[in-house]
Amino acid sequence: MIGGFLGPLAAEIFLLVAICVILIQDAFSYDQEREWTYRLSQLALLISGILVATGMPANDQVLYGGHYRVDTLALLLKLGIIVVSMLALTFARPYILTRRILRGEYFLLVLFAVLGAMVMVAGNSLLTLYLGLELMSLSLYALVAMQRGNRQSAEAAVKYFVMGALASGFLLYGMSILYGVTGSLIIQQVAQIGLASEQQLLFQLGLVFLVSGLAFKVGAVPFQMWLPDVYQGAPSGVTAFISSAPKIAAYGLIIRLLSDALQPFAADWQQLLSLLAVLSIAVGNVVAIAQTSLKRMLAYSAIAHVGYFLLGIIAGDSQGFAASMFYILVYAFMSVGAFGAVIYLSFEGEEREQIEDFRGLASRNLWQATLIAFLMLSLAGLPPFAGFWAKFEVIRAVALADQIWLAIVAVIFSIVGLFYYLRLIKVMFFDEPEQAATVKAPRGLRFALGACGLGVFFLGIFPGMLLEYCLQAFNG
Amino acid sequence: MPVEKLIFYAFAALMLFAAVRVISVRNSVQAVLFLVLTFFCAAVLWMLAEAEFLAITLVLVYVGAVMVLFLFVVMMLDVDYAAMREGFARLLPFGIIVSLMFFGVLFYILRDRFFGPENLPPPPPHGADYSNVEALGEVLYTEYFYPFEIAAVLLLVAMVAAISLTFRGRQQRKGQQVSRQLQAQKSDRLKIVTMASESPRKATPEPAPTDPEEGQS
Repeated sequence: MIGGFLGPLAAEIFLLVAICVILIQDAFSYDQEREWTYRLSQLALLISGILVATGMPANDQVLYGGHYRVDTLALLLKLGIIVVSMLALTFARPYILTRRILRGEYFLLVLFAVLGAMVMVAGNSLLTLYLGLELMSLSLYALVAMQRGNRQSAEAAVKYFVMGALASGFLLYGMSILYGVTGSLIIQQVAQIGLASEQQLLFQLGLVFLVSGLAFKVGAVPFQMWLPDVYQGAPSGVTAFISSAPKIAAYGLIIRLLSDALQPFAADWQQLLSLLAVLSIAVGNVVAIAQTSLKRMLAYSAIAHVGYFLLGIIAGDSQGFAASMFYILVYAFMSVGAFGAVIYLSFEGEEREQIEDFRGLASRNLWQATLIAFLMLSLAGLPPFAGFWAKFEVIRAVALADQIWLAIVAVIFSIVGLFYYLRLIKVMFFDEPEQAATVKAPRGLRFALGACGLGVFFLGIFPGMLLEYCLQAFNG
Repeated sequence: MPVEKLIFYAFAALMLFAAVRVISVRNSVQAVLFLVLTFFCAAVLWMLAEAEFLAITLVLVYVGAVMVLFLFVVMMLDVDYAAMREGFARLLPFGIIVSLMFFGVLFYILRDRFFGPENLPPPPPHGADYSNVEALGEVLYTEYFYPFEIAAVLLLVAMVAAISLTFRGRQQRKGQQVSRQLQAQKSDRLKIVTMASESPRKATPEPAPTDPEEGQS
């Protein structure tokens, strides 16, 4: 761990400096393929990941006027964000090479978004949480709009921007009420004053705004309208990114705001979240069945997964939070791989994102089809894949918290959800292919897909270690 | 004290009026001008709250720079007002009901029992030698340096994003490049095609689909 006053910030500072260096390098680069910009971006992420990992805190600290927090939770979430971002970049590289999106800014904006996400999960005041969120969101809006001349992507960007701005408005309004009634921005002080305060109603008003804003951001029903359109309209490389790293950051935000700052009002937000979770699980799983586009199907499955990961938070104890954290880390990993599978067929330039396009993939490339099948089975929550343990842990947590009916709903709808995941596997393995030519994807794509597919397999066989870390983050 | 109260109510009312006009006026240039008026009134209110530095910054930065740029942009855009108003009448009743309910809830909760003068007494007034800027600077660069830096990065992102979304690459001029002209070879320009000689009698009956490029090179 690097010492000194700014030592704990080493990873963030390094990433920012690296971004500035890459920005200048990119501005003077004549390389049409932006090879160095890409490599340097990956290197920057790798080194900041190492800096995060080596900066293991001895104990929880609140630093820099109470705005920054060093704890195991922040460390693990940062690592998760960096790993899935690296995978998303690896997936995106061949995708944007063949399209008109190839500009150095693509990599830079991803790095900025990662920086924002890191700020967010380590934020300890309402101010830093909000600034981190905006830093991340602003980069994401621009990323979605990157494919110029594509109407769908422009529409997605506008939707994302308007909805994101609305959600930020809700969040900010809730935060301003909390600040107005407590007079403090620091999470712990807000919680302390909230515990002693008699003005319950005012806190609850702020809470409602915060929960709505958060629900908008993560795309929980009934605030989900924008999500399928954005996921489908955005370039697949961008979708792989926005469906993974920001989810981890959003988890950090929810924990900091709800379980830390509004701990005295747990009973209130548990009710709100239960409603959101049940609706998300039901709507996401049922509507996904009717989709013909794989991207849109995965978008609805993302809505359903948001519902599942909220279950752990509803449980409201450290066991539940840890289960939820395990869920979101595993989900981000699976999601990046699943959208990587969409890229896998369309790396040549045309979009092949319909489920039909996957017909007979097994006979064209058995190994890659198997990897995609692993990812789908894991998303469906079947053993022995990582997704099973994730679902198992959150459902167990919510059942232990005496919310049996939530657990029952979750189980029933995960059986419903099996259908559309298994349909893709059926299409890949048992349908006749349109063309017999084997698919030969670029090396980076094959590597990333292999990492995701095998990752969910090994995490499914040895879930203990990651789960142990997650528990450690909440048990101190 | 009554003078301050009078100023407050006058400018607060003007601000509300201007804010409503921003979204209700037809002409978007006028809307921007009303937004300027809103900012100006807000600056006066901040002045009353003894936040002089913020008030001056609001006028200088927002009114002076940001809104002027905004005005330029709005003047250059060709906005279709008819399309924007489509569906307005249909959604209006729904909108009014929702906003009234929302207002009712907020009014019920935020009444002066929480934010009234007895719960939040006015801060003690400062002397004439009190420097607002100094107090701000002291916390901004010490206690709040971390959020301050992030805000700076936010501006950088805005810049990068705006450029990447609007910059269309270097303009290609159609000027002469003498060096390339001199390097041109015969083989670059001239293509010699060997073909059978054609007799005029045979050419008439069947108009064979010929590649238009072929004979012309």
